[in-house]
Amino acid sequence: MAFGAFAGTPATVTEPAVRRRSPVALFLLLPGAFYLLLFFLVPLFSLILTSLQAPREFGDIGQYDYAFKWENYVTVIETYWPVIIRSFGYAATATFFALIIGYPLAYFIGVKLRRFPLWQALALTLVIAPFFISFLLRTLAWKQIFSDEGVVVGALQALSLMAPGDYITGTPFSVIFGLTYNFIPFMTLPIYTSLERLDLRYVEAGGDLYASPTSTFLRVTVPLSLPGVISGTLLTFIPAAGDYINASRDFLGSTDTVMIGNVIEANFLVLQNFPAAAALSIVLMAAILVLVSIYVRRSGTEDLL
Amino acid sequence: MASTFAESGADLELVGVSKRFPGFTAIEELDLMIPAGSFFALLGPSGCGKTTTLRLIAGLEDPTSGQILIGGNDVTHVKTYRRPVNTVFQSYALFPHMSIIDNVAFGLKRRKIDNAMGLAHEALRLVELDHLAQRRPASLSGGQQQRVALARAVVNRPALLLLDEPLGALDLKLRRQMQIELKDIQDDVGLTFLHVTHDQEEAMTMADTIAVMNKGRIEQMGAPEELYELPKTAFVANFLGQSNLFSGPVVAGAGDTIVVDVAGRKIATPTERAQRHSGEVTIGVRPEKLTVHAKEPAAKAGVNMLGPGRVNDVSFSGVSTQYQIGIPGVGNIVAFAQNMGFGPAVHDGAEVWVTWNVEHGFGLADDPADLRRFDPDDDTRSIALQQRQRLEAELGKA
Repeated sequence: MAFGAFAGTPATVTEPAVRRRSPVALFLLLPGAFYLLLFFLVPLFSLILTSLQAPREFGDIGQYDYAFKWENYVTVIETYWPVIIRSFGYAATATFFALIIGYPLAYFIGVKLRRFPLWQALALTLVIAPFFISFLLRTLAWKQIFSDEGVVVGALQALSLMAPGDYITGTPFSVIFGLTYNFIPFMTLPIYTSLERLDLRYVEAGGDLYASPTSTFLRVTVPLSLPGVISGTLLTFIPAAGDYINASRDFLGSTDTVMIGNVIEANFLVLQNFPAAAALSIVLMAAILVLVSIYVRRSGTEDLL
Repeated sequence: MASTFAESGADLELVGVSKRFPGFTAIEELDLMIPAGSFFALLGPSGCGKTTTLRLIAGLEDPTSGQILIGGNDVTHVKTYRRPVNTVFQSYALFPHMSIIDNVAFGLKRRKIDNAMGLAHEALRLVELDHLAQRRPASLSGGQQQRVALARAVVNRPALLLLDEPLGALDLKLRRQMQIELKDIQDDVGLTFLHVTHDQEEAMTMADTIAVMNKGRIEQMGAPEELYELPKTAFVANFLGQSNLFSGPVVAGAGDTIVVDVAGRKIATPTERAQRHSGEVTIGVRPEKLTVHAKEPAAKAGVNMLGPGRVNDVSFSGVSTQYQIGIPGVGNIVAFAQNMGFGPAVHDGAEVWVTWNVEHGFGLADDPADLRRFDPDDDTRSIALQQRQRLEAELGKA
């Protein structure tokens, strides 16, 4: 269904493959099906059960019994709706900036560097290079760079662009910056895959048919790279919405920038309010599923097929 | 300029155009004049520079030097999308994410022409595909896509329509049909067509004027029959149909014929049909002009004779029979004979003589010393031979 968009459909025309059911194909599916059953469906089922638990009467903190307490959902939504909104707001903003940065990058590597395979490979390696260092370490490094005594704040204050008491860490800016930074490769690579296969003869045909370079880009290049854009935005938005590292107080966030991931983490690990944490997780999952379905449906039927 | 429809086709003029890529020269000092309303074919083997020429005219490449004029206006440095030119690409390049009708209306909409959709439907009706207007290109056959590509270009009424081997991907029957349709459209709309092809038969049946291109230069230009009957270089003689070529010194140049000594035989060629009149020259004659005789014919004025030779290959093709005859000192020559009777007149291994009328000979401009064998792949004779060997191998296996 909607997640067909993850496949990164190439920008070239492919003939619909003839599908044939064979017992061998089903047999080959078994490990995957087993894996999903064990590591997705079973935990999901357990999570749903946990989300409906009620506190044990006269029990200690963290002791719950199985029940059907759907009010848990009402409670978490009532308590945490600003956090949910904020999470999606941050994730959407970060996705937007990652797209603004990632698309030109992918275009440059996939189209402009096409004639120089060596440079292309090098540029691609550079996009992936951050993965060689732990995500946590890189985010901590940014905390260091943005710290009150760090170079950025110091320089901005020296230039009078920031007031002496102002700070960067712990602000929505630093959290969105961190999210954007961390997800740029996830945005860039799928778009690159689409653009790298873009047949430049379509671009030439656009020019031949009186479309200016800008018009050709908007009407030919962008639509043909849309599968990559959709995969890239999904690969950025979904994990960013649930991210709890960047917004954490230990990294780039503060109590003002709490995202839903941080709340889930606190409820599970600190407050030991497992039903609330589970209910929030389900709410997050459902919300993402709805948003993504709408998104893929809208972009999908209009221009992709 | 591009904001209105062209009233009619426009002249195209190339003045001293060169295009050099790093490492090789694709086009060398090309001068070309294509009059408005004509169907012009640029014919040549792959790598001769014909597609580069087309891309230069479309504005997809910039010439290294020289000028390109369309309808008298210098467009050398005009961007592609501002040129009154449309191209039917070899790959069709139909936008895969748009419906057929949107593809056809694309150029009109970019120029903000009223009733773009109506005109696009009209163009689709012209190629008889209006019923598929809402489909995507991927669901059309190759021939249908080709017609859509044609409609997408023609609908803009460009002063100049460029066709880059547009029929290359079609099978023979569809190709014939499209050739006729293309010609009809050209007659109807009166545009200037520039057709790039490596298919000599296609060029000959469709074009008013053919320019044969080789190694970045135009070898010869003219009407199809003129090029065929009077090729001026060995390249043209061999690329456009087949030819029998002989080299030797001119031994007599009396009046209206020159006489060449070919391995001891005197071969006469009309002076006005020969490019060189003294020294070592190459002369030729088309295979269908030869008559094959089983007995030595009496010498006659106005008739050249070679022989005796031995038939070393007979291939029967229904309408005609092709004989390959080895003549000592001259080499292999090819003769076509109409099948006036039943089957071949002479058989493999027979001793024969060939004759042809002096007026059918032609003399080439090439210096025989420079005359090399051409790239075997481009030579129609070797293609025919390869085809034959492949067939024989296949039959031998069966």
